[in-house]
Amino acid sequence: MSVAPLTAEVAVPLIPGIPRPKNATSSNIGAPTIEKETRTEEALDLPWHVVVHNDPVNLMSYVTMVFQRVFGYPRDKAERHMLEVHHKGRSILWSGMRERGELYVQQLHGYLLLATLEKVS
Amino acid sequence: MEIRRRKNQIEISELDPFLAELLRQIPTSANTEGAPAAEQRIFSPPANGKEAELCAEWKMYVEPELRRLFQTATQTVGADLEQLNGNEKSLANRTLRIPTKHADAWLSVLNQARLVIAAKNNFTETELNDHLHSPIGSRRDLSLFQVNFYGFLQEFILRELEC
Repeated sequence: MSVAPLTAEVAVPLIPGIPRPKNATSSNIGAPTIEKETRTEEALDLPWHVVVHNDPVNLMSYVTMVFQRVFGYPRDKAERHMLEVHHKGRSILWSGMRERGELYVQQLHGYLLLATLEKVS
Repeated sequence: MEIRRRKNQIEISELDPFLAELLRQIPTSANTEGAPAAEQRIFSPPANGKEAELCAEWKMYVEPELRRLFQTATQTVGADLEQLNGNEKSLANRTLRIPTKHADAWLSVLNQARLVIAAKNNFTETELNDHLHSPIGSRRDLSLFQVNFYGFLQEFILRELEC
């Protein structure tokens, strides 16, 4: 069984001040023109890093506890990140979409840790 | 001074007047008012300067929430510390009982107080790591002692939370 392709008669109104699309006629629009492919919002949003920076005042045990609470990391992983912050000055705790990253940074600031959201260049 | 866990409380007993006074000063010490360096540290930006829009939105929407969060914690700690009020001239040792359900508020306010004191005094990392620094000969030394004393309390509360 074959199905005849759909065609449509569409009137393209002419709005004063807005030029008519180049490929449009007032009586018939043919095969759809595929516009340049756009990236989804999610793809545009990836990735952002949640970075924690060193602060000599915060206790190591406190920072470890915060990482466990905020990210749900097991103790050994939280400690590894804490030591990375301590020795290297910063550690990337999480990567992903901006909105969630903002939430993490907000939580970390609630615990008074120096945390920032960084867009991966 | 003795510190121990008793059922649902953390009990700090045998508090001499000096340490009791340091405890009473926790809420005041956590206050950033009039100290731009401390204010900057407590309400640090969420991103570098390139993300101006994010920083502006943060200041408008998130910062007030953080202020409320810190204020609530400070009020909880302040209410617990009222146990130390009373006869100011008494030299008798006091006891402070902190309900374990207030432990998070205490951790937060102790941390805030340490950060604010450190920012106000611009302590270096070397100074902060010198836990055996003594004696207390100046206001700066006293502030450093305060940071270390509050840190000791934080460590104890953290240990108790893990148990």
